[in-house]
This record gives sequence, C-alpha cells and structure tokens, in this order.
Amino acid sequence: MNVTLRLWRQHDQDAAGRMVSYGVDGISADMSFLEMLDVLNEQLTAAGDDPVAFDNDCREGICGMCSLVINGIAHGPEGRTASCQLYMRHFHDGDTIDIEPWRSPSFPILRDLIVDRSAFDRIIQAGGYISAPTGAAPDAAAMLVPKKDADRAFDAAICIGCGACVAACPNGSAMLFTGAKATHLGALPQGQIERNSRALAMGNQHDAEGFGGCTEIGECTAVCPVGIPLDMISRLNGDVLSALRHNST
Amino acid sequence: MAGLFTVGEAIRDTKAPGGPVQDQWEARRFGAKLINPANRRRLSVIIVGTGLAGASAAATLGEAGYQVKSFCYQDSPRRAHSIAAQGGINAAKDYRNDGDSIRRLFYDTVKGGDYRSRESNVYRLAEVSSAIIDQSVAQGVPFARDYGGLLDTRSFGGVQVSRTFYARGQTGQQLLLGAYQALERQVAAGTVEVHTRHEMLDLIVIDARARGVIVRDMVTGGLETHLADAVVLASGGYGNVYHLSTNAVGCNTTATWRAYRKGALFANPCFTQIHPTCIPVSGEHQSKLTLMSESLRNDGRIWVPKEAGDGRHPREIPDDDRDYYLERQYPAFGNLVPRDVASRAAKNQCDAGRGVGPGGRGVYLDFADATARLGRAAIEEKYGNLFDMYRKITDEDPYQVPMRIYPAVHYTMGGLWVDYDLESSIPGLFVIGEANFSDHGANRLGASALMQGLADGYFILPNTISDYFAKNPSTETIDASHPEAVKAADAVRGRINTLLTINGERSVDSFHKELGSIVWEYCGMERNAEGLQHALGLLRTLRAEFWTNVKVTGANEELNQTLERAGRVADFFELAELMCIDAFHRLESCGSHFRTESQTDDGEALRDDADFAYVAAWEFTGDNSPPKLRKEVLEYHNIELTQRSYK
Repeated sequence: MNVTLRLWRQHDQDAAGRMVSYGVDGISADMSFLEMLDVLNEQLTAAGDDPVAFDNDCREGICGMCSLVINGIAHGPEGRTASCQLYMRHFHDGDTIDIEPWRSPSFPILRDLIVDRSAFDRIIQAGGYISAPTGAAPDAAAMLVPKKDADRAFDAAICIGCGACVAACPNGSAMLFTGAKATHLGALPQGQIERNSRALAMGNQHDAEGFGGCTEIGECTAVCPVGIPLDMISRLNGDVLSALRHNST
Repeated sequence: MAGLFTVGEAIRDTKAPGGPVQDQWEARRFGAKLINPANRRRLSVIIVGTGLAGASAAATLGEAGYQVKSFCYQDSPRRAHSIAAQGGINAAKDYRNDGDSIRRLFYDTVKGGDYRSRESNVYRLAEVSSAIIDQSVAQGVPFARDYGGLLDTRSFGGVQVSRTFYARGQTGQQLLLGAYQALERQVAAGTVEVHTRHEMLDLIVIDARARGVIVRDMVTGGLETHLADAVVLASGGYGNVYHLSTNAVGCNTTATWRAYRKGALFANPCFTQIHPTCIPVSGEHQSKLTLMSESLRNDGRIWVPKEAGDGRHPREIPDDDRDYYLERQYPAFGNLVPRDVASRAAKNQCDAGRGVGPGGRGVYLDFADATARLGRAAIEEKYGNLFDMYRKITDEDPYQVPMRIYPAVHYTMGGLWVDYDLESSIPGLFVIGEANFSDHGANRLGASALMQGLADGYFILPNTISDYFAKNPSTETIDASHPEAVKAADAVRGRINTLLTINGERSVDSFHKELGSIVWEYCGMERNAEGLQHALGLLRTLRAEFWTNVKVTGANEELNQTLERAGRVADFFELAELMCIDAFHRLESCGSHFRTESQTDDGEALRDDADFAYVAAWEFTGDNSPPKLRKEVLEYHNIELTQRSYK
C-alpha cells in the first residue's frame, strides 16, 4: 500500500517546527508502524535528506522509548498498544497519517519526534522507590504478601514510563504515571513505611516539573499502552492527603 | 588455515582462590582489602550501561559511598534492554522441596553450558542467587505469589526442578525497575550522576590502567572526556551483529569492541545463543525479532506435521499426523530441553520440509492441551501478555490456533574476558552482565541472564572493586588534557569525520542487513570450516565497501541517529570477523556452537574435551594483523565432564 505522512520536523529544541508531507510507497500490512518509518528514512537518505528522528529501542512494547502521536492519538488508534506494536494492517492504501511528538511543556522537543522525558526520572528520584540498600534484605519468604496485593502492585508496576498519559491529557498531567508508582509500592507491605512521604514527595516534584493537575478526564488511561487504570490516581491522592494530615515529610 | 590467527601465551591465573569451590567466594571476600567509608567518596567509578548489571552496580557502589558516573544511550536508565526479559530469574531457594540446592544450580549451569564455563565463577553465581531474590523483594519487585502469599516458581529448560521466580511475563522489567529505582535513589542522594543519551565511543587507558571514557552527547554531538579511578562496562551483548535478533535495535558492541582494541581480551565470541521460541520473520522489512518466553514451553507442546508439505490448517491435523518431535527425541526433558538443543531440532524439522508458515520456517507451539487441562483463565493468568503480543504482531489468536515459532538470535555468551574478580585483562576495567563471558559457557540456561546481571552488580563487583582500589591508589591526578585522553578524543573525532565525509551510495541499514545475513548463514545455528572461510571473504569485501560507499547524512553537531548507527555497524563488521575466526578455530561442537564436522551418530553436538576444554580469549594485535589466541584451560574438580544428554 501507499500512504502519505504528514509529520513534525524540527531541527532542535530552539528551532521552529512545522508539519511536512512525504509519500511512502510499497508498504506491506505486516510491517510495524516503525518499520514503515524505516522505509521512509531509507527513502530520505537515498535522496540526501535528513531522516526523521524518532525514539525507539526494544520494538516490542516494553521499553517505553517510542512516543508518537498518530492521527491525534498518543500511540495511535489501536488502544493498549505502544507505537512500536502498531501494525500497518490497521491502515489503508491511500491514507494520510499525521505523526507528531508528545506535546507538553514539560517534555521539550529535542528533534523531530523526539522529546526529553527526564522529568519522569526526577519524579522517581523524589521518592519512587523503597529504601532497601543492597545486602540489608530479609529472606524473601519472611514476609507473606496476599496474592491480591501482589497482583495490584503488579498491575501498577507494569507502567512503561512512555509519557503517553501526559501527551493525551488536556491538562498535561502526569498523575497517571505518578499514581502508578505510588500504587505499585504502596500496595506492598515492604512499601508501607514510606508510603505517605513517597506520595507527597513525588506529587510535589510532579508539580515542580510543570505537569498540570488531574481533573479526572480519563484521556490518560484511554491511551495507556498497558492499561493503567484511573483509580491509581485516587490512590495517589489518598496517600498525599494522608501525608498532609500526618505531617509526613 | 595459517594466517587467520596466532597463538600466544596461555592465561594461567584467574585469581580464583584455591581450596574447595564452596569456600572460594568467602575466602576471596575475606582476602579482599576494604576501603574505609570516609575514603570511598574520594574514589570515582564510571559505569557504562544501565541494565540489570549496570544499574545494580551503580546503585550499590553509590550506596557504599563511591562517586559514580553512569552512562546510557537511552533517554532513561529504565529503558535498558534487560527490561524486555520475560520469563524469570533462577535462584537455589529450594522453596519447592524438590531437591534443589546451590550445588544443583551450579551443576545444571555448568552442564547446560556444555562444560565450557569456569567452575569457580559459576559456583559463586549459584551461591549468591538466593540473595538476589531477597534483595528484589525488599525493593518491591512484585513477583508472582500463590494464594498463601508465598513466592511462586516455575520450571525452565535444561533443569528438572522448579527454581525460576517470575513476575508474569515481565520479570526483566520488574527487576530492572527495582534496580533503576535504587539507582535514582542514589541520584537524589548525590552519589550517582546519570548521563542519559550518551554513548561510549572509546576507552582511555593511562599507564596500563583503565582511567576513563570518551562519550558522545547524542543530543548535541559534543564529545566529552570523563575520567575516574576505575571503569565498569555493563553494556550488554552483541547479538545485533546478526541484524535480526531479539535485542533492542540500539544494542551494540561498541563499548566492548573499543575496549578490545585497547587491549582487553575478547573471549569465546562465537558462542551466541539462538533462542528456539521467537516469532518467525514475516518479510524483508523486518527490523527485529520478538521472543516468546521459554516459560511457554512449560505448557505449550511443540510439533510439526509428520508429512512434509501438509497444507492443512493446524486444527485439522489429527494427533496421529503430528510429530511432537522434542517429546519423541528427548523423553526425559521433552519440550524443556535446553535452548541450543530445541533450536537445532526446529531447524532440522524445517530443513526436512516439515516447517509451517511463510517459507516453511516455523514450528507450532500449541496450547490446546494445556487449555483443556487448566482452563483458559489459568493460561491467561500465566501468559496473557505474551499471547497479546503474539496476536498484535501476527494478527492470529494463539488461544485458537497454535503459535508459530522459529529460532532467533537472543543472547551472547561470549564477551570480554574477566577473571574471578570480574576484572578484564586491562587493570581497572571491570566487565559485568552479558558484556562479559564468564558464567554460561557455550550455552546459557533460561532465567540465568537476570541472575548473572544482578549477581555481578549487587554482590560481586562491589566486593572485588574495593580490593582493586585498595591495591592501586591513583597517585597522579589526571584531567582531560592528558595526552592519552586527547589522543582517544582525537581518534573518535577522526572516525566520525571519516564516516560523515564518505558520502557514498548505500545506507547504513543496507550494510547492516547484508552483514547480518552473512553471519546468520555461516556463523549461526550450524558452522563448518568451508562456510566460515567463505564468510570471512565476504565480510572483508563488504567492510571495505562500507568504508568507501556508506552514506551518512547530516553533521556531528546535532542529534544524528544515522551517525550513531554507522559507528555501531562499523564495529560489528570487525567483531563478525573475530566471531568467524573463533568459530573456525574451535573444531568441536559444544552447546550453541555446532560444527557439522563434529557430531554424534544421532546428530548431537560432539565435544572434544582433550583439545578444546578451554576459554578462547582473543588479543587485538592491530588492524592488519591477525588476532592472538590466549587459552585459559578449564579445570573441573567438582563436575565430571560427560556427554550432555537430555534423553
């Protein structure tokens, strides 16, 4: 099939960007969306143009590096799918496809479709961990974890940190990302000691990074490639309130 | 064949202490000199790579109080390719009371590696395995639990106990997030500096010691010199030399290859693991291959139609017309034979025309019996994410039709040679995780990569590196103006300029694809002398063309992904030659390395212990000079070498 791409080109963080159209021919339905971009880049290289820069690495939906807004939807139309796991069989011959980077003041564009997501690392630095220095751990079986708590923690822990939640949110909020980490660690007995202080510290860093507040619109969970549910934000809010009530720092 | 390599002096000392194998690690730890906490903050360490090995080492050394600088090419340490490991992590906990022990994990690993690994290192790996699970649970890694709240385990290939701990099909992700969070905690504490989107392009060696690295800032193109008292490479494996592999597309050999060129020995480069259960190639456009976890072989049954060319839909082929060939050939281990055995068996079936799917390069992995026995809900609980991934890629529903799988390059057992302390042949250069060669011999067992990465990073390196610091105080303060640092930076700059000015006709990717197809064809699941010599000729011709006809667009002083790839592919070319030379010289079959000239009557790998029970460590001698073979003879005091049998 042949498709037309309209995609965001921007040389660097300080340059102005614009949408540019390219035709790509000879696409097969079994190609992944990123393989289709590889074809475009081979075409651009042959013509002596700069290929389109886009983040990607594992190409199996787990590393969270890929980050494309496709036809206005973060990670594209499939739902529960990272950009790299989207296949061309979901498009038609003759389609025009818009491709943009994550749009958020907290994720500056570095080039074309690549953004800087280091704000997420700083939220984790603020408290997204259990303090357990190497060597100090008790036997793994010493503390039983009810299966439902382990499962709840797991369902939150699978967040791949891609930032689609931010890209989709009309407020530019990263509460789903932050809530998932608070829920993951807060659901486990090992994470109880720091539960409230962790939520408060991550929440403060979230705000300091310029991410917006949550007004429970739910766009984030709709585009989340691993389906992190909205109630993880409630869990974060609950822990933050608890922290404020008990003056945790 | 004369001229391909020369033979140098053997490696005599691995620094493993003497005495019974079970006492060696304790002896080494006690014998190691310590650094007083107040002095640690004056010592600096560079760690390249933030996967399980690199992140766990950076976090642990930061906690100990050293100044750590950590580098990764991704935009966050959390994205290193350990994240994609699916199935699990081994540990000799014996929670199942099924006869497991440290000695059995040690034995299984040495046997699984087809007796080409070092006893002292493997025993230690088994010994610290339990502490890894403890550490990870304390960090909040949500391992699978049973209804009593205890940790669940499952079985993996090549073993008869259940010792693999797992977090659904995302064990690597969860373990890496644990290490990443510990690392970020140290960033907040001020002990670790993380440099993301930075790629190591050379090693700085001063007075015969590793003292720093040249890295490129992948956003601005700026070349930076970073110096330290020791350098640790945790940069992963080199499977992408094959172009198509289960590695992330950015995985590369540049850090380890540059260290090789600076004098670090490269060991067993031809030992590359071809994983049996991957989604088959669907076309020319393919950019990577996706693994379906080995854990699926716990419940899935592998088969092909008995008749070559049987075109019926798999559900219409009755049991009598199917060949469950692993269960037939290896009744004791069945579908859970080690990876090398399963991969070659699949290749043989397809070579005989019984393969299924496009091009006949596939076999079925069928869950119909398991679904009937356990119910769909149980299958979903165990493997749901893998089934979803399969459906997304192939557009087929594995709950309804059997998966099609085929072997693909997955892991590299070879890597930089290290001694018992995980120190390379360059003093002060330590190598951990997949980047080193140490623990898996000629074949790695499933769920052992995560174990090794974290063993090295959390528990082994932090003990041995202090001994190095204590015995090698840095007397001289060096800065980026040191002649060796300047020389390294100039060399990197020169190479980048060359790549940018060739301005030829062919893209980097087209070279990478052709390179990969040569290595896959001649140095893949089967190798022989004639093919390897042919491959060397092809590789040299193609490499020469690369340096005169590659087209790299853009400039250095910008974010330039083509330039990044060009540098990596250039190093893969050189590595590919060394792999073929190593495969050529090892005229025996062992584990993943199958020489068609050396097989038993029933087609199994035939080892030659009299001539090849050694590690082949290669020394760089110059660009136009053959590499030098340095043998480390393997001595077995605890395990008897036998013909590996899984029948």
